[in-house]
Amino acid sequence: MNNNNEKKYIRSHEPVFWGLFGAGGTLTAFMTPVMILITGILVPIGLFGEGKFNYQQIHQFATSWYGAAIILILVALPLWHTFHRIFHGLHDLGVKQGRDWQQVICYGSAFAVTIFVLTLLLQMIAA
Amino acid sequence: MANKTIKIEILRYRPEQEDKPSPQLFEVPYSPDLTILEALQYIKDHLDSTISFRWSCRMAICGSCGLMVDGVPKLGCKTFLRDYFPNKIKLEALANFPIERDLVVVMDDFINKLEEIKPYIIPEDNTKCLSDGPHQQTPEKLAKYKQYSMCINCGLCYAACPQYALDTKFTGPAALALLARYNRDSRDAGSKQRMKIVNQEEGVWGCTFVGYCSVVCPKGVDPAAAIQLLKVESSKDYLIGMFKPD
Ligand code: SF4
Ligand code: FES
Repeated sequence: MNNNNEKKYIRSHEPVFWGLFGAGGTLTAFMTPVMILITGILVPIGLFGEGKFNYQQIHQFATSWYGAAIILILVALPLWHTFHRIFHGLHDLGVKQGRDWQQVICYGSAFAVTIFVLTLLLQMIAA
Repeated sequence: MANKTIKIEILRYRPEQEDKPSPQLFEVPYSPDLTILEALQYIKDHLDSTISFRWSCRMAICGSCGLMVDGVPKLGCKTFLRDYFPNKIKLEALANFPIERDLVVVMDDFINKLEEIKPYIIPEDNTKCLSDGPHQQTPEKLAKYKQYSMCINCGLCYAACPQYALDTKFTGPAALALLARYNRDSRDAGSKQRMKIVNQEEGVWGCTFVGYCSVVCPKGVDPAAAIQLLKVESSKDYLIGMFKPD
């Protein structure tokens, strides 16, 4: 590991967060607008789905294993994307104090919500 | 076309006589085929011989004439007055570098970074003997790194980079593009050594893909692309490192 009298290089853990950021970014760009359009606009004004998006249907989807997995991915990854961007945005804005805490709060929030959604979905499946 | 002129404001800094830089206005004869560099030479020859700036080749190949033109990093010899006429042009030393004098900046940090990435081919241990003939490359192998080898070390990309502006520890666009140039060369076996530089926070991970470096680069090197490709390499390296720490 140490090539004598050479500078010590410290590996960054950024690849983990960059990977989640990239995956989340792709979802945010391609899926989120479509989902908002469908569930937020088209279904409520009755232009799409014709009663297929009622509570029972959605609940059935959310309590199936694949449905739960899809919902988890659709909620969690964009969240990791967002908090990663906020964390780097703070650096870009020159907020230098407490970078460690910024990191804990940003990625901690993403982690907490991910676990929250996961537990919620598991509870619904178990119920 | 008779006797048109253009105003050029230069941010001057003469450390022996002033504490901080201040602007000085010049008026030079205008012609559409004049470059900023030629205008500076006119000023030095006819108006104020104390003005300092760097140049050598006059043809966008030596990389010494970088400066800020209306706040944008440009090569003086590749930028024409006609693109600004009849407006006044504002010239300043390259951003993000310490000013040495007038338009001349201290490039030491940049040069050190270029050196740090080992910008030379590191052959495999069982090196071929000279008598074995040349290392042959296919056009495909050449295409993998050619673009990244076109850099003229002008430093415009460092003047453009907001991350370098915030923290000069960041290895920066040109040095990382040059690193990619050697890592992507089929004759080179030094990737492992260079990945240590890439994998650091100050390596590729200091970059947030703003992309302005590639916009200002006068040679089409596209350092931002080189860095994104290196991020992928670094992520692979991270995964491998998890199972096989060295
Ligand atoms: S990458 Fe482009 S802008 Fe940067 S130093 Fe090289 S030639 Fe200049
Ligand atoms: S004088 Fe050589 S690049 Fe401009």
